[in-house]
Parts: sequence; structure tokens; C-alpha cells
Amino acid sequence: MLRADALTKTYTSGGRDLTVLKDITFTLEPGGFLAIVGPSGSGKTTLLGLLAGLDRPTSGSVHLDGQDLASLDEDDRARLRGQKVGFVFQSFQLIPTLTARENIEVPLELLGLEAGARADELLARVGLADRGHHYPIQLSGGEQQRVAMARAFANRPKILFADEPTGNLDRTNGHSIVELLIELNRTLGTTLVLVTHDLELAAKAKRMLRLADGLVVEDHTS
Amino acid sequence: MKRWRWIVAMAWRESRAAPRRLVLMTFAVAVGVGALVAINGFADNLRVSVQAQARALLGGDLGLSSRQPFTPEATRLVRVLQGGGDSTKASAGRSANVTGFAGMAYVTRTSGARLVQVAAVEAGWPFYGTVKTVPGGIWDSLQTGRFVVVDPALLTTLDARPGDTLALGESRFIILGSVTQLPGDVGVRSAFAPRIFIPASYLDGTKLLSFGARASHDVYIKLPDPKRAEILSGRYEQKLRAEKVRIRTVTDDQQDLNDALGTMARYLGLVALIALLLGGIGVASATHEFINRKLETVAVLRCLGATAPQVFGVYLTQALGVGLIGSIVGVGIGVLLQLALPRVLSGVLPVEVAVTMSPEAILLGLAVGLWTSFVFALRPLLSVRRISPLVALRRDFDDTVRRQRDPLRWAAWTLLALSVVGLATLQVREIRPALAFSGGVVVALGVLALAASLLVKGVRRWFPTRLPYLWRQGLANLYRPANQTVVVVLALGFGAFLLGTLFVVQYSLVQQFSVDASPDRPNLILFDIQPDQRVGVDSILHAAGVPKSALTPIVPMRIASVKGKPVAQFTGEVRTDTASEQGRPRRGERPNAWAFRREYRSTYRASKTPTEIVVKGRWADSTAVRTPQSAAPISVEVDLAGELGVTVGDTIVWDVQGVKVPSVVANLRQVNWARFEPNFFVVFPPGPLDAAPQTWVTLARLDSATTRGLIQRRVVERYPNVSMIDLSVVQAAVDDVLSRVTLGVRFMALFSLAAGGVVLIGAVAGTRRQRIREGVLLKTLGATRRQVMRVALAEYVSLGLLSAVTSLGLATGAGWAVVGRFFKLTFHFPAGGILGFGVAIIALTVAVGLWTSREVFARTPLEILRAE
Repeated sequence: MLRADALTKTYTSGGRDLTVLKDITFTLEPGGFLAIVGPSGSGKTTLLGLLAGLDRPTSGSVHLDGQDLASLDEDDRARLRGQKVGFVFQSFQLIPTLTARENIEVPLELLGLEAGARADELLARVGLADRGHHYPIQLSGGEQQRVAMARAFANRPKILFADEPTGNLDRTNGHSIVELLIELNRTLGTTLVLVTHDLELAAKAKRMLRLADGLVVEDHTS
Repeated sequence: MKRWRWIVAMAWRESRAAPRRLVLMTFAVAVGVGALVAINGFADNLRVSVQAQARALLGGDLGLSSRQPFTPEATRLVRVLQGGGDSTKASAGRSANVTGFAGMAYVTRTSGARLVQVAAVEAGWPFYGTVKTVPGGIWDSLQTGRFVVVDPALLTTLDARPGDTLALGESRFIILGSVTQLPGDVGVRSAFAPRIFIPASYLDGTKLLSFGARASHDVYIKLPDPKRAEILSGRYEQKLRAEKVRIRTVTDDQQDLNDALGTMARYLGLVALIALLLGGIGVASATHEFINRKLETVAVLRCLGATAPQVFGVYLTQALGVGLIGSIVGVGIGVLLQLALPRVLSGVLPVEVAVTMSPEAILLGLAVGLWTSFVFALRPLLSVRRISPLVALRRDFDDTVRRQRDPLRWAAWTLLALSVVGLATLQVREIRPALAFSGGVVVALGVLALAASLLVKGVRRWFPTRLPYLWRQGLANLYRPANQTVVVVLALGFGAFLLGTLFVVQYSLVQQFSVDASPDRPNLILFDIQPDQRVGVDSILHAAGVPKSALTPIVPMRIASVKGKPVAQFTGEVRTDTASEQGRPRRGERPNAWAFRREYRSTYRASKTPTEIVVKGRWADSTAVRTPQSAAPISVEVDLAGELGVTVGDTIVWDVQGVKVPSVVANLRQVNWARFEPNFFVVFPPGPLDAAPQTWVTLARLDSATTRGLIQRRVVERYPNVSMIDLSVVQAAVDDVLSRVTLGVRFMALFSLAAGGVVLIGAVAGTRRQRIREGVLLKTLGATRRQVMRVALAEYVSLGLLSAVTSLGLATGAGWAVVGRFFKLTFHFPAGGILGFGVAIIALTVAVGLWTSREVFARTPLEILRAE
């Protein structure tokens, strides 16, 4: 489902080269659940970005569902994401000018698909059936993240990337989000890639990559 | 001292963080200051130029004018004046006659004919200033033979060139060339009928000054001692008035011109002031938005021990710094523009304007710019004082304190209102128009804001859910949190509203003369037809396909007495001041004196026309038998009756070329003056005037321009004294005149539009972070760059549409009111033009918006993760 080969990413900052990721290689099977952990600045988010095709590696390659991301241009990668990828962010990233229901509809509408029924179904699934007409600002943090989850699953992605999905939530809300993720992974068979520094959360994954200074220091499968 | 240094240092450090915002605020101020400095500097230049060219404007030290040929006594007085008060010394001075009248010019080579204003000039005129001609130097040759110098427009319309023969009346002249500049002459004047100049010695040969032709008679005098002009004018004014001659001096002319031009320039300055006020609104909204972003910084500063006044001082210093830089940039722009203004306004200026820097205008611009930024930034800045240090701990700290009532905010509003009135007063130097202007601006802005917010609410309420997603997203952005939709619509809309109103009004005025709109309306007028030429003219028209032409007689007359009292009792002849032939009351004159003194061109007929409405009395029975001595029952136009103070049953005695004709008012009548047909103040029944000296006029409708040209040629060949006007030419002339007159306003209104553009850029830049975030988010969710671009496009198209609909809707309303109420004419809606204008506004909005948010399309999606 996801394959990284010798991924390296170097940034130039202040005239000096800074290597954030060095020679990362791994493969993730369909339906897998991978947690990427590590301290701040270890390169977690950069790796997630490269895997999802949000940025290009300095060297190495990423294959997503059999597609070599290097062979696609920016818009092709966007289309690929639209069709096969879902995202959940730490700070939810809902569009403030759209209602909860409309936010969920966005990925499908970008593909030119009818979205209304699917949005209702997902709203019910995340327990917000009666809040669809509310704007993000009218929802609590936990509710916003649930809308974001519903949005992430709207296009029935084959793979879902989550960047610190519980980082801005209290324990209870964070817990229910994680339960939701795991349930979706189990029932729909969606491949899950999770970036977190919460070890308790990471422990629920089938596999864990630990990064430090841009290198994989631990690859653990439970 | 140290505290001050800290404030200034902090203001500087803080400004490094937001260079974009500051640049935009700078430009918001600069556009308005630039417009203001340009127009005020130009006004100064104009005043100096008028002073320098004053004598050239009049063409002599004294100007004498009359509507009738100078009487022997008047001619004697001219010689006295020429001698500086002593006719025996007449040879010490000089004088030149200029006779003006209308006639048909006909170029034999091209068979082109056109009504022209003829000036028959004597050698020497003008005594001051130079006449510029093409080819150069031909003015001096004019007097050496049967020559004519013409308006450049005449050469174009008649397809003529120097060397061609021009027929005028019974004479023929050789065209020497054209006059490109004549001191004191306004281009607008020649729009209806181009001017031509012939030597006075050949005037009689044209035989055009026969009975019935209207002519103006002017004599220009060069005194032996020009300094005595005022004294002589005062001394002989009374005597000349008795001979129906009006005398003017250089000072009179200069005064009038300075009054007129000064008023024009100052009022144009008001339009520039609007641009500055819009810039001020931009400053206020940018400041407001900036403070909202600076909440945490301010809270941290407060936590670190800064007092509320200190923090306020930091941001106020920053605003003043921006205002100062903006004003300096504005002065630079203004000085450059000042170079362009004489060219823009050349069509309506009688003098050549020499451009020099005006220190007064520059200082005023600096002060006004600085003050405007201060007063507009003040209100949003006041809230800085109330930001709680707690915000530093919790971003979402409920800062209701900040929203509580603050008496200082009311003070800031008051100061702002007073400032607007003060700035307007400074500009027009009068309090009443300044108050009217301020009120007008507030009402216009209020209505624009109300309309815009209603439209936004309407869009939100009846959201078009069926639109494709990208469009819905763009539309939804209009009411994004912290949106500035209404401010942008206001700023963009005001300029568009001004331009739109001018456009709508001008269109309606021009349409009054539209030929094609109504196929039954005449489009060719023939006048000054002598009684013995009626049959001949009629047969020419008939041969060209005009079924039956209605000829109307015109009898020139003056009022001898009203209700038994001689006319002198009404005009207040005892005054010393000069009379005006233009209907403009002069100092000390009764406002309606002109109505008693003017020449009336009346007609006689048995029945009223279909468009006339009798509002009082009855139309006289035309079959009634009258003796020559009995009073003729006449019909008087209702407004004139008011001026003369007469009603049904009152008597008026007319002086018809020396013959007294008694009359009694039989009815009062309403006339639609806007209709293109012979309309009259006074209508006599057939009989009393049959034998009076008269000319005839007729109208014809001919669809083909070629036929109209043909008729003009045939008539002018056979009857050179008959004048003709092609209505399509008049329509073009009206259009031309209105364009020139409104050009200055349009030019200045463009600055309001520019200020609106700056505010738009500011608004887009203010939501820049959010836009980038959203654009990148959409990309992360699978949107292509094209789709992101379409969302932005939808937003700016909607914003442009909103501005266009609001401003042009209001412009149409305002135009309708001006046309109907002020001009009392039929309103015509320029659908095509308004549509085009609307599209232009939308295009401008889209271009500015997309250009400003181009960064959104460029960013890579990873940044959204990085931003966290």
C-alpha cells in the first residue's frame, strides 16, 4: 500500500544544509496501522508530508497504492490524494466559512461527486447527525475533530494520514477519537498512518516507527 | 524622555513585522493626498496664469459690447475712450470692431455646408496676447485680402483644407488656415458651431446682417494709458448703458474668470477629498484588523509592565509614521499629476496654464494627509488600551472589557465627523457647501454600506445551494470571519458610483437630442428664411422627399410696458452696474430684470401645438375680428408670466421694430422646452403681426444623412442667408461639451476608484494567512491549483458583482433624480454602457484580487502541517 525507499530530505536554511530525514525505508501493507513516534524535531511531520505527496523528497521515492509519487506533478498528486487519501490534523483544519456538513462534502465535491447522502451518513457515524448545519466555530474541539474525521473518510480513502489527531484535545475527547480511528481501520480496512508523540496512543498501532534526528531508531511490530 | 524613546523604538520594531500592511496603509493615504495636492496646486497655477494673461483674455484694455449696432452717440463715446477721455486725442489709442453672427459656411470644392459663428474682425484685434494658427503667422495676413481663418473642427467636418474657397452669404473667401488658440477662448464654445474669422471690411459683402439676423457687436479699445481703464469704465458706464452698450475691464474679466475657475478647481478638490476619505476608511479597517492580530503581543507587553497609554502610544506613533510617509509619497504623486491636469482640462480652460510647484498646496497636502491617518486610526486604536494582560495566558479569554462602552470612542467619532466637515471647509472655503458635501458623503456611504450589507445578508440567507461547490465556497468567503466585504464594496463602490452617476446623467442629456430614437421627430432645422424665400425653400424640401413642411414665423420684439408701466420701472435703470445679456443677474439688479429687457422672438398662429398645455385662461378664438388698435390676445409661457408678474387679463405693450403693439394675456401655457421644435415664450394670434418684419423657420425629418447634406447644399447655394442645423451634429456637440465639462470630475473620480483598489488589496492582504491556509488545505484534500484558483475567482467575481450592482444601482437612482428633478428631462437608461461599466468593475476586482492572492496558488501543501 505504501512503500518508502531511501527517503532523504534536506532543507537549506541560512546558507546551510539541514538534513531532516536520512535514508528512510519501509513498506506498509493494505489495512496496516503504522504509528510514527519521536520527539519534537525528529522529522515525523516531514516524513508524513513526503508519504502523502505534500512535498518532494531530496532523494529516494515513495509509492502510494502502486503509484510512484515522483512521476506525478503537483496537480496529479492532488488528484491522487482526492481519490485515495484522507487527512486528520492536530488543529482540525475545518473551513470556517462552511458548515460541518459542507466541510464533509468538500473532498467529494472536488471530485465532482454527489455528496449530500454520504455526508449525512458520516455525520451520523461520528455522532453529530443533528449538528450538520453548525459552523466550526459553534462546535467544541472534540466535535470539530469528529467532523474532521468524517471529512477524512468521505472519499472512502485507501489510506488515512493523521498528524497528532489528539494533540489539541482533552483525554476523554482524544480517547473517543482514537477509538473511532481504530474502528474505521478495522471495519473498512483503511490503512492508517499516525504521527504522535503520545506513546499510549502509539501502542495501539500494529507497527511503530521511532524517529530520532531523522533516522529510524526503532521499527517495532506488535 | 526615556519613555518616549521606548515608544518610538517599539513602534519601529513592531513595524518591521508587518511591512506589507504598512505599505498598503501608506498607499491608501498617498492616493488621496496625491489627488488633493494635484488639484490644489493646479488651482494655484491657474490663478497665477489668469493674472498673467488677464489682458490677453479681454483682448484690449476695455471691451464694449452690444446686441445692436453702435449708435452714433456710442460711436462717439468709443472715440472719447480711445483718447483716454478726450476725443481729440483719439489717435493716441486704438480700437477694433468685432461683429459676431451665425451663418452657413459652404466649401465649394467638397460641397460641405455647416452652420458657423462668424467673427468679422478689424485689424489690430486682439491688442494683447497672440493668436496661434496653423500654418503659423497667418493671422496677420487675414486683413490683406478676402481671406478666412477657421476653427480646426470646420476643416475636418467639411473635409476642407487651406487654399479652398469658402462661401459665406454672397461672398467668397480663401481659407488661409486654422486657429488653434485664441486668448480667452474656451474650446467648448465652438462645439455647436465652429468659429471662423473674416476681415471686417468684407462683412457687408456677405449681406448676412440683413434684418432678423442676430449679431453681437463688440469694440475693443487699447488705451494710451492702460492704468486708467478702471476710472474710464466707471466714468462712462452710465452713458454707454443708455446706448445699450455694456463695458468691461480686464479686472472685471479676471475677477469673473478667477471666480469661475477657482470654484471649479475647489469643487474638483472635493472629489479628491473623497479619495482621501476612502483612503482613511482603508486606514481604519487595516488598523482594526491589525489590532485584532496584535492582541497577544499587546497582552504580553502589558504582562511585562507596559502601561495602557504606553502601548497605545506605540501603535499611535506607528499610525502617524505611516500617515507621514503616505503624505510624502502622496505629495510626490500629486506634483507629477499636476503636470497632467492642464492637458486633461485644456478643453474647458481659456488660458494656458504654466505649471509651477505650489508650496501652499504641498504643505496643505502633508497636513491633511497626516491628520486624516490620525483621525481614522484613532478609533480602532483606542481599543488597545483595554486589552487585558490575561489574553497572554488564554487566547480565548473573554475580552468583554474591550467591547464595553468607552466614552473616548464617542469622542473619536465626533472628532472624525468634525474633521470631515473641517477638511471640506478648508477645501471650498465656505461652511455651507462643506456641510452639504459632508452630509452627502455620509448619506452616500451610508446607503452604499446598507445596500452592501443587505446584499451580503441576502446572499447568506438565500444561499444558492445548487451552484457548483467551487462557486459556493467562493461566495461563502464573502462572509468569512473578519471579512471586510462591506468596506471593500464601499471603497470600490464610491468611485464607481460617482463615475456611474456622471455617465447616466450625460447619457440622458445627450439622448434628449437623439434622432434615431423617435422616427417622427425632426432632425433638420432651417431658420432665418426671409418671407420671399418661403416658397423656394419649401420646394427644395419637397423635392428631397419631405411631404409637407410647416413654416413658422418669428417676429423679434421687446417689451415696451407691462400693465401700463414702462419697462424701465421694472429693470431698475438707476443702478450703476453693468447689465448682463446672459440672463445672469448682476450685483444690485433685480433677478427678473432680464425678462423685461431681453429680446423676444415670438410667433403668431391660430392654434396651440399638441405638446403645449394651457394651464390658465383660454386659447383665443382666432376667427374673432379685431381692429389694429385693439389689444391682441396672447399666450404667455407660465414661468415667464411669473417672472414678468402678469396673469390672464394683464396688458403688455410690445415694441416691434419701433411699432407699438398692444396685447392682453389671454392664457398661460406650459411648454416642453426639451422637445426639438420651435417653442415660444409668447404666441400671438394671426393678424396683428402679419405685416411686421419677420423671418421663418421650418423643421424636417430626413433619415438619410446624405439627403440632409444635399438639402443644406441646395439651400445655401440658392439662399445663402438661410441657416441650417443638422440635429445629429447638435447631438455630437452636446456629447462633446458634456464630455469636456465632466472630464475633470471623471479624472478625479478615478482616484476614488484607485483608493478603492488599495482598500481591496488591503482587505485581501488582511486575510492573507487565512487564505493561504485554506488554499493549502484544499490542495491537501485533493484540489488542483486550478480548483483553488476557481474558488478565488468566484470570490472576487462575487465581490466585484456586489460592488457593481450596489454602486451602479445607486448611480442609476441618483442619475434618475438629477435628470428628472434638476434638469426636468426624460430619463434614459444606458443599459449597454452600465453593463460594460459593471463588467469593468468586476474585471478590476478580479485582477486586483487574484494578483494579491497569487501566493495562495504557489504554496505547497506541506506548510499546513508546518504551520501547526
